[in-house]
Amino acid sequence: MLQAKGIWKRFPGVQALEDVSFALHSGEVVALIGENGAGKSTLGKVFAGIHRPDRGKIRLDGEEVLIQDVRRAGQLGIALIHQELNLVDNLTVVENIFLGHEPRWGPAFFATRKANEGAKQHLQRVGLDLPPSTPLRKLSTGQQQLVEVAKALSLHAKILVMDEPTSSLSESETKTLIQVVRQLRGEGVAILFVSHRLGEVKKVADRVVVLRDGKNAGELDAKDCTHDRMVALMVGRDISQFYQKKNLRPGDVALHVKELITERAADKKLSFSLREGEILGLGGLVGAGRTELVETLFGIRKRLGGTVYVKGVALPGNSPSHAIQTGLGLVPEDRKVAGLILEMALRDNVTLVALRAITGSILLRKAKETRAAERMAEELHIRRSNIMQPASLLSGGNQQKAVLAKWLLLNPKVLILDEPTRGIDVGAKQDIYKLMCTLTQKGTAILMVSSEMEELLAMSDRVLVMNEGKIAGELSGDDLKEEAVVSLGTAVEVKETP
Amino acid sequence: MRRALVLLLLLIALSVVMYFKNATFFSPLNVKNTLRLMSLLGIFSIGVGMVIITGGIDLSVGSIIGLSGLLLVFFLKEFDLSVPFSLFLVLILGMILGLFHGLLVAKLKIQSFIVTLCGLLIYRGVGRFITKDMTQGFGNEYTGLKLLANGAFPEIELAEGGTFGVPIPFWILLGIAILAALFLHKSVYGRHLYALGRNEDAARYSGIKIDRLKVLAYVLSASLAAFAGMLYALYTNTVQPATSGGTYELYAIAACVLGGCSLRGGEGTIIGIILGAAVIPFLRNFVSMYGLTDLLEYAIIGTVILITVTTDEILTRWRQKRIKTT
Repeated sequence: MLQAKGIWKRFPGVQALEDVSFALHSGEVVALIGENGAGKSTLGKVFAGIHRPDRGKIRLDGEEVLIQDVRRAGQLGIALIHQELNLVDNLTVVENIFLGHEPRWGPAFFATRKANEGAKQHLQRVGLDLPPSTPLRKLSTGQQQLVEVAKALSLHAKILVMDEPTSSLSESETKTLIQVVRQLRGEGVAILFVSHRLGEVKKVADRVVVLRDGKNAGELDAKDCTHDRMVALMVGRDISQFYQKKNLRPGDVALHVKELITERAADKKLSFSLREGEILGLGGLVGAGRTELVETLFGIRKRLGGTVYVKGVALPGNSPSHAIQTGLGLVPEDRKVAGLILEMALRDNVTLVALRAITGSILLRKAKETRAAERMAEELHIRRSNIMQPASLLSGGNQQKAVLAKWLLLNPKVLILDEPTRGIDVGAKQDIYKLMCTLTQKGTAILMVSSEMEELLAMSDRVLVMNEGKIAGELSGDDLKEEAVVSLGTAVEVKETP
Repeated sequence: MRRALVLLLLLIALSVVMYFKNATFFSPLNVKNTLRLMSLLGIFSIGVGMVIITGGIDLSVGSIIGLSGLLLVFFLKEFDLSVPFSLFLVLILGMILGLFHGLLVAKLKIQSFIVTLCGLLIYRGVGRFITKDMTQGFGNEYTGLKLLANGAFPEIELAEGGTFGVPIPFWILLGIAILAALFLHKSVYGRHLYALGRNEDAARYSGIKIDRLKVLAYVLSASLAAFAGMLYALYTNTVQPATSGGTYELYAIAACVLGGCSLRGGEGTIIGIILGAAVIPFLRNFVSMYGLTDLLEYAIIGTVILITVTTDEILTRWRQKRIKTT
């Protein structure tokens, strides 16, 4: 149905796509995987009319087409479901579905009844049972994603390009989305599923196309599709030793949290401690209060009670600057919002926290700064064209490394990582895991919030599972199993741990 | 820096036009007066620029300029306070007003537009009330103090008679600008200010004391306005409670925008702001000396700003496009 041959696309400084070929048939789900920067999103956007290829032919039902913009893509029946939602949250569901192609009554009036009927039908197809007049902001992220799919269907899309559709969804929301994808496949819709999450790729795809460095790296049928084979094709090398965690003998207590009360659960007191060279994982469902806990430790959120000791020294106040002084560092959950200042140069981002320490005075020393930033960029393998390039131009994995770099310049005693590898490619993930191991060997204590089960189990020495704002239990050694984490995290009635 | 260059070229181009059109434009007196007006505008535009770089706005400076002029006269003549003490008192008052704005914006998270708009209304009203809307003036006294605004250094005897000197406010501006540039471009805090303006969340997560920096920006803005207000009063010798300093906040914002500040925050340089502040009195002077009617003054200033900003935007996009295609 959709066929692309010899697609080339160049961006400033990178050859994003190089002679890529791709085919998609109706009623088929093809997953497109690859490391960040491998060109998978670019290819999706070529089909959706956002990028125009420099060279190459695209055929639709055997006929050669030129997809010069999004509008043309829409006319051809191709819709893009973007990783960041494209909806307006102060409008209702039905208004969003028909935004830009509203059914009209007369010249300019919104045909409410007709729209509602149409919306209901499309919502049913994506398995959403709610009134079309619901304000969008009342919906969960997962439901909003489904509304986006409904919107595409209302445009009579025959080909859906889904770019990382699950990157911000919870596990159950992901399941629903995958069900919807399967159902649409049954109805003859062709789906291009761009994803990082190999687990769900395995579940949903009929065929997997792998890109590496902008080129076709291979294809796998559903039956040959194992995690290891996908990874091997993506990185082009064997990475059987993906998690190289060595268990160290933990040292002295580095972080001691005593009866901490967060705003998330004002009636719960949280206590735990963490030793030098140890990685303590924080597991649990999204919304269980893990981010709230670490942000309260770090002084971003209000601490309602309790004391935090870093190597025996109590935090003197409740602000990030106090936390930093005492030896804490936090790599936040959302690197684009809280981790980096995207328009600023890579160098200025890396040196932002440690500026005073680097320059040794209140005046800037740009040469010293450049040296410090270059050293970190080298150490962490941040792929860059130039240390002064804006952080916005780095790929996700390299942005995450830049956030890490800015904290490592300060040598924190306790490093808090909130979802350290979310949305980044396999190669960068591995780099970050290696880095975590190096840090623990040097005696840094790491507190890691992670929603990726595999990562949580493999990297943590111990795991605290949170549930509804409290610590539901602690797991280590042989008890540290996926089932245990899930059952602690989802139990409705949890006994207080003594 | 590119914006600064554009403004410099604009100033030169306008000068060349005036050179051939109207020689009195370059008379020592006119040059001196224009330079003085540029300097006064420059002084408080720097403060407004700091606020704009944090991503805020300060609409109150015009009213603070009016009020501080009135208060200076009041302190000196009604209360018979000494000159240094009066100056000091007005400055402190400016700082307090700035502190008040800054705390409301930083701690209570009220939008700066609202806080300073209310400031604009309140200070104007207070000024008119305490003076019963009567024009205040220094009369013939305080000639020494007036040198601060009217004096020139060095004074040169000109061959064709009369004198020319660089007005004192210019030197004051130069001093303030150097300090401001050191702070903004050469210090750790300046980097923090830009970071805060670009992405407040990321700045907070990086341990930057954003509340303090914001408050500082509003304090600087209000105190520089109070200072400039005293200079204006000394220069004009009289202060009208209802009109003195009115719309100056808009000139300051215009100077900052011309100078390359983005109202989204995180952008702008001191040299740009100063050149922006130079263009505006220059244009006003240009309009009246070129023989255009004064009624067109606002329209021309507005058009020049619009053209500059639009051209810059188009050039930037064009350049980015060229980078992409090559």
